[in-house]
Amino acid sequence: MSAVTQSILYLDGVSVAFDGFKALRSLSLTLQPGEMRAIIGPNGAGKTTMMDVITGKTKADEGDVLFDKGSIDLSRYDEAAIAELGIGRKFQKPTVFESHTVADNVLLALKGDRSPFSALFGARNRIAAETIDRYLAIVRLLDHRARLAGALSHGQKQWLEIAMLLAQDPKLLLIDEPVAGMTDAETDVTAELLKDIARDHSVVVVEHDMGFVRALGCRVTCLHEGSVLAEGSIDAVAGNERVIEVYLGR
Amino acid sequence: MLTARFLRMIEGRGLVFLGIMALVALLVPLCNLYVPPGNPFHVSNGTVVLLGKYLCYAMFAVALDLVWGYCGILSLGHGAFFALGGYAMGMYLMRQIGTRGVYAHPVLPDFMVFLNYKELPLTWWGFQHFPYAMLMVVLVPGLLAFVFGWLAFRSRVTGVYLSIMTQALTYALWLSFFRNDMGFGGNNGLTDFKDILGFNVQAQGTRAGLFIVTCMALALTFIIARMIVASTYGKVLVAIRDGESRTRFLGYRVEHHKLLVWVVSAMMAGVAGALYVPQVGIINPSEFHPANSIEAVVWVALGGRGTLVGAALGAVVVNWLKTVFTTGWLAPYWLFALGGLFVLVTLAMPKGLIGVWEDVRARLANRKAIADAKASGARPSDAGSPDPQVPR
Amino acid sequence: MPFAPLLRFFMLCSLVVLSALALATTQAQAQAPAAMPAQGERLAAGLERFKADSFADTEAAIAAIAASGSAQGVAILSALADRRLFAGAAGVFYRDAAGQAFDALTGQPATIPADAAMVRLNNRLRNVVQAALGTMTLLSPDPAQRVRAAEAVFRSRDASALVTIEAALPSEQNPRVRRAFEEARAAILLSSADAPEALRIAAARRIAEAGDNDAISLLRQFSGQTTGGLNAVINQGILSIEQAQRIRAWGQTLWFGISLGSVLLLAAIGLAITFGVMGVINMAHGEMVMIGAYVTFVVQELFRNHAPHLLDWSLPLAIPLAFVTAGLVGIAIERGVIRFLYGRPLETLLATFGISLVLQQAIRTWFGPTNREVSAPSYMAGSFEFVGLQITYGRLWIVVFTLCVFAALLLVLKATPLGLQMRAVTQNRRMASAMGIRTRFVDAMTFGLGSGIAGVAGVALSQIDNVSPNLGQSYIIDSFMVVVFGGVGNLWGTLVAAFTLGVANKMLEPFAGAVLGKIIILVLLILFIQKRPRGLFALKGRAIEQ
Repeated sequence: MSAVTQSILYLDGVSVAFDGFKALRSLSLTLQPGEMRAIIGPNGAGKTTMMDVITGKTKADEGDVLFDKGSIDLSRYDEAAIAELGIGRKFQKPTVFESHTVADNVLLALKGDRSPFSALFGARNRIAAETIDRYLAIVRLLDHRARLAGALSHGQKQWLEIAMLLAQDPKLLLIDEPVAGMTDAETDVTAELLKDIARDHSVVVVEHDMGFVRALGCRVTCLHEGSVLAEGSIDAVAGNERVIEVYLGR
Repeated sequence: MLTARFLRMIEGRGLVFLGIMALVALLVPLCNLYVPPGNPFHVSNGTVVLLGKYLCYAMFAVALDLVWGYCGILSLGHGAFFALGGYAMGMYLMRQIGTRGVYAHPVLPDFMVFLNYKELPLTWWGFQHFPYAMLMVVLVPGLLAFVFGWLAFRSRVTGVYLSIMTQALTYALWLSFFRNDMGFGGNNGLTDFKDILGFNVQAQGTRAGLFIVTCMALALTFIIARMIVASTYGKVLVAIRDGESRTRFLGYRVEHHKLLVWVVSAMMAGVAGALYVPQVGIINPSEFHPANSIEAVVWVALGGRGTLVGAALGAVVVNWLKTVFTTGWLAPYWLFALGGLFVLVTLAMPKGLIGVWEDVRARLANRKAIADAKASGARPSDAGSPDPQVPR
Repeated sequence: MPFAPLLRFFMLCSLVVLSALALATTQAQAQAPAAMPAQGERLAAGLERFKADSFADTEAAIAAIAASGSAQGVAILSALADRRLFAGAAGVFYRDAAGQAFDALTGQPATIPADAAMVRLNNRLRNVVQAALGTMTLLSPDPAQRVRAAEAVFRSRDASALVTIEAALPSEQNPRVRRAFEEARAAILLSSADAPEALRIAAARRIAEAGDNDAISLLRQFSGQTTGGLNAVINQGILSIEQAQRIRAWGQTLWFGISLGSVLLLAAIGLAITFGVMGVINMAHGEMVMIGAYVTFVVQELFRNHAPHLLDWSLPLAIPLAFVTAGLVGIAIERGVIRFLYGRPLETLLATFGISLVLQQAIRTWFGPTNREVSAPSYMAGSFEFVGLQITYGRLWIVVFTLCVFAALLLVLKATPLGLQMRAVTQNRRMASAMGIRTRFVDAMTFGLGSGIAGVAGVALSQIDNVSPNLGQSYIIDSFMVVVFGGVGNLWGTLVAAFTLGVANKMLEPFAGAVLGKIIILVLLILFIQKRPRGLFALKGRAIEQ
């Protein structure tokens, strides 16, 4: 019980099936507040499905998905409500609003009342440019604030999405493949960025790039066929017999 | 300060539009009432009615563009809201006829006497009062839109499914209003209106007055629409259009945002319909026909979706073309032209007339920049930024 | 999907239908009547008495002839009633209505001798003749006439016919006539108050068995007027007939529903390919149906003008022509417009709507705006009765035809290389392309197939709807509703949806009327789609996301 009450995120025995295909099999995972966790695993291991279950896109067939010291049962909420509760998500494919400017993308993401009336007449129309710029500065996009998001490079879109995540000021960040398609230099910057963020947020990062995961220097969980295969430090997991077996396909 | 904010909100294009509206509202009635017939500047009564009709359609198009151009909801049943507003106005006008009808019944309209109604149906109560009727003009379409939208958006019916359902909605209403026992005049609809607020609807002065009111209503509709799209709410709408599920993951209740703009748009369409009826003098079930709603979509597409001004422009251009075609020897070719327009706009001009105009302007500006740069020996700047609201 | 059982199912269906058709035809050409034993002697004796020229003898003669059962009896008595019967020393003669004279005994043409005088009648005798005639048609050689006579007796319950019926019953072989006789006999017995109770009860039972409207009105007439066991039997009979009629009404509604469902399916089936499989919103789908109907019209006109004796073949010939014509138009649309709009469903919708306007106007320009007549071939005319249900051949053919088209489509999709490629392309275009499938060719073919099938639907719909430029418009919304209701991309879903909607529509009609029924269905559908946006048989899982 204490594991539940001390956790920010608590998954226990979560299973999801699509037309008979078991995407998750009795997956269990616990995340402490303030912790950063990297999730690795081959394709089809259930990483994205796990994110979908946490953020309400997919409902678990069975199992508990609890948030914030076990006080909130996430399965009872939809996507928007879960985002409101303080879980932010960055998608695998960068999904910024391409026909909005970089600044407007952050504006939309900023924490605050999200009702239509607030957007129409209320507080959201009186947000100071400085507030937005603060987040843009973190991801080094200040010079691009007036550009259309669609005109950014792939790596810049990834950063913009991270800025949007930060602007939401969530308690828990779910970040799906943040460095896919980035140059090595960009990858390094991103790793530093995430470590910065992890200082005052709980973060789950899904990533294939082992170098990047090593750079994060956090606990690693390896998924395989919808359940946890191994968990521990990067070296422990990388040295695990079964993990090697799964990756090398012996 | 407030003026500056207003101007920024309306944008240059909108100011041009409002200016033209003001001129039209002033000149057309003047040239109709005070320039004698025969003078080349005289505007005939028929033309006033025709222009008034175009402006009602323009208002309808602005309403449609608000949901389609900015929120990505392609309604193929918006004509239903237009027609409902029209019916509410028609019911008021029917009640004004009083004893001047063929059967001279003090309360019941002619068609009810003819169909052996003994008393006024509940749905018709209160329509003799203008304020109540005007309330219904916005409330009835608004309520229908609310119920339909609440069900549809909550269930996340999107894209073509939603379009087909809106089409089914107007189809169902179309069938219903043909029935005599609906109590709305069946096949013949409502017509033979006598007066509105005590003025004879046939009189020249009343027509000019209605025309001015229509211009004002269109301008007001446009300003409200601009207010919506220029606010952060407008940005949320565009975000929903471009990435509905992404917006949801940002914590926005997409269904609420959609519902608000949907209902507002339906109310605007209702007002457009209400202004349309006294000018053309009739409302009948054919206004509900599904094809009408689809035709309105091509007005918006031709003018340029997501631009508001373009929608109004498209409505006027297409309906003007329709008048030109259907009144002369070209009549048999109108549907070829309209059909061709649908194909042409979708294949060749996805951004519509406004988009074409912007492209031309950008190209000219670019050429000028290059020429200037050559003259001064500097590098050409990257002029002509793309339109921020590129519809997908 | 197990394919062999399906084929077997359809073969079975067509077998059943064919045998039903065959049965109906044989029943219509009922067997020739068994020759009644000629009773020439009694006829001769009867005729002899006409010569006496007294009313009493004439009456005896009438009775004798009526009882003789002779073939000429009816002719003789009709002649008597119409003052065309003549008696003289040489024999008895009559003229038929055309004035031709016959010998009454032999029935051979003859000339009437000069001494023969007209047989006179008084009013009382005139009635006797009429009654005798009524009874005698019961003995007519024509079974249809015997049935009609028996039905007349059933209604009049003329007790004097009882003797004739009872005499004729044992030797009657035609089952229909026999049934009619038994019912007529039961009606007479039931209404004769002095008949024994047991006989009347049996009669009431027999009438209840007949189970039609005449039977129930007869029983109602006697309900309450009788007592004891008989009354109970009568009331029970009324109840059982009412029950049977209810069931029959349901059956009829079900059949109408199936019939409407098959029309819906026919209209939607092509859309299930273009929209369901390819995801193309083709608003010009209805116009493909219209083109098929006009092809039928043109083919039929050609036959009418050049080979009228083969007119019945025009419909079967129109089927492949309509398929090819509509298919080619479909391919042209796909190559010319739709292929530029893949992935942009809303634009596709608008462009194809424009195409539909152009096609309608083109047809209006060439063929005029009025309805064109497409006549039904002889094998689709008429109707037959099947367990009390009135079934028209036209509707039956359309149901059978629809199921055949559906089966053929399944066959194409599941068992041909083109079908395999189609499914491959729709599931994963890039992968299919990498495997060497010419995706653009497959797109065109798929769209052509869907359009061609819509054209084939037009051939059938030309039989039940007006062939006019607006033909397609009336089907487009219904078709989309069927496909969306059934679940996009699911042919079986389309089948179930079409028949469900058809039956539901017809069930609502008696309560709500046709238009209101349709509106209710539409509203229910709108609500249903909101509950289950992906239809009855939706695919679940990640594949359908986005």
